[in-house]
Amino acid sequence: MNRRFQSLLDIQKTKISCVDLVEFYLGQIQAQNASLNAFIEVWEKEARIRAKEIDEKIKKDTAGKLAGMVIGLKDNLLVKNQAASNSSKILSGFTSPYTASAIQKLLDEDAILIGRLNNDEFAMGSSNETSFYGPVKNAIDLERVPGGSSGGSAVAVQAEMCTAALGTDTGGSVRQPAAFTGTIGLKPSYGRISRYGVMSYASSFDQIGPISYSISDAAILLEVMSGKDPKDATSSSKKVEAYSALKPNEPKRIAYIEPEGLDDEVSKAYTYQIEKISASKHQLERISIDFADALVPTYYVLTTAEASSNLSRYAGMIYGHQSKKQNSLDEMIMQSRNEGFGPEVKRRIMTGTFILSEEHFEAYYTKALLVRRKIKNRLNEIFENFDAILSPTAPTVPFKLNEKKQDPIAMYLADQFTVMASLGGVCAISIPMKNITGKLPLGLQITCNSFCEKSLLNLANELV
Amino acid sequence: MSNFKEKYELVAGLEVHIQLLTNSKAFSDDVVNYGDAPNTNISVVSLGYPGTLPVHNKNAVVMAIKLGLACRSDIREKNIYARKNYFYADLPKGYQITQHTTPICNGGKIEITLKDGTKKSIELTRIHMEEDAGKSIHDQDINHTLVDFNRAGTALLEMVTEPVFRSSDEAYAYLTEVRRLVRYLEISDGNMEEGSLRCDANISVRQIGASKLGTKVEVKNMNSISNVKKAIEFEFDRQCKLIELGEEVFSETRSFQASDGTTKGMRAKELVNDYRYFPEPDLPPLLVSKAFISEVKQEMPKLPNELFEEYTQELLLSDYDAKVLIDSKELSDYFQDLIQHTHNYKAACNWLTGDVKGYLKKEGIDIKYFQLVPEKLAALIKLVEDGLLSYSVAAQKIFPALVNNQGLDPKDFAESNNLIQNSDNQFLHNLIEEVLGQFPDKVAAYKSGKKGLMGLFVGQVMKKSQGKADPKETNKLLSEILDQ
Repeated sequence: MNRRFQSLLDIQKTKISCVDLVEFYLGQIQAQNASLNAFIEVWEKEARIRAKEIDEKIKKDTAGKLAGMVIGLKDNLLVKNQAASNSSKILSGFTSPYTASAIQKLLDEDAILIGRLNNDEFAMGSSNETSFYGPVKNAIDLERVPGGSSGGSAVAVQAEMCTAALGTDTGGSVRQPAAFTGTIGLKPSYGRISRYGVMSYASSFDQIGPISYSISDAAILLEVMSGKDPKDATSSSKKVEAYSALKPNEPKRIAYIEPEGLDDEVSKAYTYQIEKISASKHQLERISIDFADALVPTYYVLTTAEASSNLSRYAGMIYGHQSKKQNSLDEMIMQSRNEGFGPEVKRRIMTGTFILSEEHFEAYYTKALLVRRKIKNRLNEIFENFDAILSPTAPTVPFKLNEKKQDPIAMYLADQFTVMASLGGVCAISIPMKNITGKLPLGLQITCNSFCEKSLLNLANELV
Repeated sequence: MSNFKEKYELVAGLEVHIQLLTNSKAFSDDVVNYGDAPNTNISVVSLGYPGTLPVHNKNAVVMAIKLGLACRSDIREKNIYARKNYFYADLPKGYQITQHTTPICNGGKIEITLKDGTKKSIELTRIHMEEDAGKSIHDQDINHTLVDFNRAGTALLEMVTEPVFRSSDEAYAYLTEVRRLVRYLEISDGNMEEGSLRCDANISVRQIGASKLGTKVEVKNMNSISNVKKAIEFEFDRQCKLIELGEEVFSETRSFQASDGTTKGMRAKELVNDYRYFPEPDLPPLLVSKAFISEVKQEMPKLPNELFEEYTQELLLSDYDAKVLIDSKELSDYFQDLIQHTHNYKAACNWLTGDVKGYLKKEGIDIKYFQLVPEKLAALIKLVEDGLLSYSVAAQKIFPALVNNQGLDPKDFAESNNLIQNSDNQFLHNLIEEVLGQFPDKVAAYKSGKKGLMGLFVGQVMKKSQGKADPKETNKLLSEILDQ
């Protein structure tokens, strides 16, 4: 696909005005969104007004470092006076009275917000097929899924409907759609970016992550959004580094895993990639993750448990969809939730409720926490000897719409390589991986230790 | 029903919810102010809006530690918050943030003294931190329940005792002590009627001598200390009767009916929610270091038992006086201020427990709103001590004037109103001569042995002096003259 702009640096170099830039993206959206279904709402008026304001600032040389960046937001991120629904019926009619901390930081650096992007309902899904607003289509092949849950964000960048987009990543929701769309998806370390104003799915996993077409855009977005937020007790006060000052790498010690059961195309591309890197200055070594089989189950036990509680607030009482059936408080709550949530969200709430029930808590939740601890320990062990771990981002090529929709287990396995970083709270990125036997986009995942985003981005910049 | 008491014993435990006097809520910066218009002290956080997150209130933690220190509990170093999940209209997030397996305070005890003077140590199981729900109001609209979210998210401590209560009097004494303690610690206003102190009672009975506990019934909705006492008494009789009749006591939650002092079944315990407790993932563990605990210790005010020791041992007040003074924190605080300005502790105590309390009672006001500053009361005490005023003049003429006009200076006022006691012998002599001249028959009677007439002479002299004469001095002079 021919792209007009590769990155913010590119945009700034061309000296295009923000007004023209916004018109360009609005044109792109106008031309493609009907078939791709990435945007749920386009903030045309607001984007145009802001573009003018920022052009003024550029003239006066007072513009922030994101001037010229036009950003789309996943529909679970909150902006004051804008609707946000998490692609769910249950939040129909909801308008946010406040702006997420991370987004405020983008605005403070003069980014332009262009609209909200489709996702799997409540970020639960790996194909963007669970959205109340219908599936998002992969721009490379309209019969294929873009991955999920941040499918709209990935496609918006893939089809150049914005410069970059924000997604959220709980178990791969930024990285896997980035892999499926040939874009770059970064999941920062847990606590790196404030979650205040991000609708929670699983609180101990969720992180905002940028999806972009260049490493430099991912780096600058991370740099702007990172840092301690007094409104989020889980945000880290670790120093924010100058991520955007990308540097060449010293020789690194890199571990790679060699998973079984990969799609043929993925397997060949991955082998090719590994051979290429082993011929470089870096020292490459194969490792095994002893607990590989436990990753996906552990992830689903913990995330559904947290989700079942996090989603309790959507009860039709203070905001969002309220059922007309109101003979009793119980009926109103039950019906509002029954009418408002889709099947995948219900499945995960039910699963999580079961897991947290007194009877099963020890067997599932407590055990999963122990496994999570072991996974973290194993990752620490690996990072004592290596700077990074390589794997494919996903085991398959972008699959076809409806291919896995009826088989939740098959769908959950789409996350098998991405959940490890989420369980460990470490950072990871998916970068495009050259498909040597086909045309579909594939992703290479690089995982680094917590708060090692700087070396993650430098390495990604070399391997991309 | 007194015969039950010979055969059965009460086994009860109390759970007390203490609403903390923090300026903001437990996990948000919303203002807390009792009595504000409904739904004014709210924000996206306390309404549980999407994307909002809790941040713990350090002050609530300090208050929890203070209570724990006062009860000699073990203070936990690593505290994990938990979520208690259930759906209700006044619970915006669908869960309450609380502590489950790691309460901030473990164990501890509270000493109580019963009316007959017996002492008992009430063992605590735990004290933990949590947030309150909103308030459902069922009686203002026939067709709807109204919800006030001002209370949603306010900071609470829950204090749970072991099942150690053997009588309703013990429960009464315990709650009175808890109320006094939280007021001394300034962590709660301790007002049960306004709901800032709430008590649930777990009540069971068993035959005396039995070791196995009977089936427990939980009683709620008692909004005064005496209602807790009544509820326990009613439940004791009710459960004893059931057992006597060979019937079963059901494990259930019952509601106290203030109108007739009975309890009524609410719901069977078996049907109660599974609260699906799990660690709150939005809050990292709260670490309480030993250094932090020491810091809090430095800020601890003196507690009633320490003050009792101090008043009786150092200030040499009687046990009775000390008890009256420490009964209310405000009174004790005033006393503390007062003795900064006078070392006549006994007089200070007498003034407070006598004249000041009498005045407050008559006016129906709390000592919080007592206008006379301790300095002025101390000055008044000094005038009496120096013999410039008689106590009766001070109490009857000057004190009321000072209370009604804070601008007055006691000494200036006494002087300008010619109330300074004249101990000038000539003046007194003249008055005495005048009085004795008026009652020659009484003087004769006195001299023949009716010594009781002295009171009459003193009273007459006082009257003539318009209260300025010092009774002691008058007495002395009168004796001198009459016994010559």
